[in-house]
Amino acid sequence: MAFVSGAVAVAGSHIASSSTAASCASHPAFFAQKSVAFREYAGFKPVTSFNRVAKFAASRNAVKFVAPATPAVTRCAFDLPPLPFEKTALEPYYSSNTLDFHYGKHHQAYVTNLNKLVPGTEFEGKSLEEIVKLSAGKNPAVFNNAAQIYNHTFFWSSMKPNGGGQPTGALLDKIVQTFGSFENFKTEFKTAAVTQFGSGWAWLVKEKDSLKIVKTLNAETPITTAAVPLITVDVWEHAYYLDYQNRRPDYVDTFLNNLVNWDFAAANFAK
Amino acid sequence: MIAARTIGKVFSQQHIAFAGRRAPVDAVSFATKAAASLPDLPYDYGALEPIISAEIMKIHHQKHHQAYVNNFNIAQEKYLDAEAKGDISTMVSLQGAIKFNGGGHVNHSIFWTNLAPPTCGGGEAPTGDLSHAINSEFGSLQAFQDKFSAVTAAVQGSGWGWLGYDKAAKKLAIATCANQDPLSITGLVPLLGIDVWEHAYYLQYKNMRPDYLKAIWKVVNWRNVAERYAAAKS
Repeated sequence: MAFVSGAVAVAGSHIASSSTAASCASHPAFFAQKSVAFREYAGFKPVTSFNRVAKFAASRNAVKFVAPATPAVTRCAFDLPPLPFEKTALEPYYSSNTLDFHYGKHHQAYVTNLNKLVPGTEFEGKSLEEIVKLSAGKNPAVFNNAAQIYNHTFFWSSMKPNGGGQPTGALLDKIVQTFGSFENFKTEFKTAAVTQFGSGWAWLVKEKDSLKIVKTLNAETPITTAAVPLITVDVWEHAYYLDYQNRRPDYVDTFLNNLVNWDFAAANFAK
Repeated sequence: MIAARTIGKVFSQQHIAFAGRRAPVDAVSFATKAAASLPDLPYDYGALEPIISAEIMKIHHQKHHQAYVNNFNIAQEKYLDAEAKGDISTMVSLQGAIKFNGGGHVNHSIFWTNLAPPTCGGGEAPTGDLSHAINSEFGSLQAFQDKFSAVTAAVQGSGWGWLGYDKAAKKLAIATCANQDPLSITGLVPLLGIDVWEHAYYLQYKNMRPDYLKAIWKVVNWRNVAERYAAAKS
């Protein structure tokens, strides 16, 4: 898994561990383990946004960076990764009501749908990113769901409580070098987000040695190209309509000023 | 009474017919140099409750549709200016904005007339020629609605579901369009359009687009659809 975030790395751990369950069947003590957190980690229970890992991460008031679990195991199914913050932690800028629908219904639906589509196909056993790249342009049903799982997970990690401000160090230098100033970057990013007609996403990406702002339509995602995404903002109407109605520009301003997680961006930039 | 005007050269094949049992609504005219304007709704904002809330109707009409009108006028003015100067590059670069916003204006103008409160015929099944055509093409009204709802629910991202008339084949057809692409680009004549951009239903139905598509049949103004059908066939 390419994410450097607590949320998806934990999901990766889930996937890796659940597939070794068969080999654990001979260890009764494994199943007798009462700790909820451990059972969730081992993939025996669907992940929800309110599990102990999410609360721990939220209590640190920062995204917890966890190295991805060792890969090369057969995946059974995808889990909805936990939110990297408490549901109420982004208020008043992004409501828990919106997260109930956006995370609990939309993001969950993509996971449910992909798990129905993958078994018995060429996509079985592959990682989420592999499925996104393999299905792009070939299998719209699989692509739309897989890419939207990826995009939404990336979006949650692109936000944090007390977000906003500016990056520091090499990333800030690169932004200033590319866009002239940090304010110019914000203006260009906002323009991309506001002019993405219909549903889609705006991204800051790294491509070789350059930074670029890109916008994508519907489920499209820069990981089908050589670009490495740094942050994204969801501009499907469902992402902001309950809190901002038609005021997409206000939503994007608030994302940049109060929500964006520059730690996550910096970690992606350093990859 | 049907009031139809031929639209100016940008949308020359598009006819917009308005009819209502209340005070007649002025037809929207895209005469080449006239600005587009927001048409009034032929009913109150709350008239379609509980199927579509007053809150949604107000934001949808006053904010979203108004924005398409404003942005179309801006793009059109720039386009005419570039055209006068023979600046073809600029004319081409404005095509996107004209399509997005002009399409949005055309689509929503049709949409408001496709809906009506039950007191004005909303939800009343079609009769006559249109009813025969629906039964002939789709089997029954219910079968048509089920198919339309399924196809429209499956629109990826933002777009519209349409019942259109194929003049060449002389039959009805269901189609979907992405974003604000007007149905006219498919060659079909628009008869009934249902907006499935999330702004059309999200405040009330949230992620349950299928529920919105099931409910909306109760306020579809089949008399308006029949008038458009009659005009399309002639």
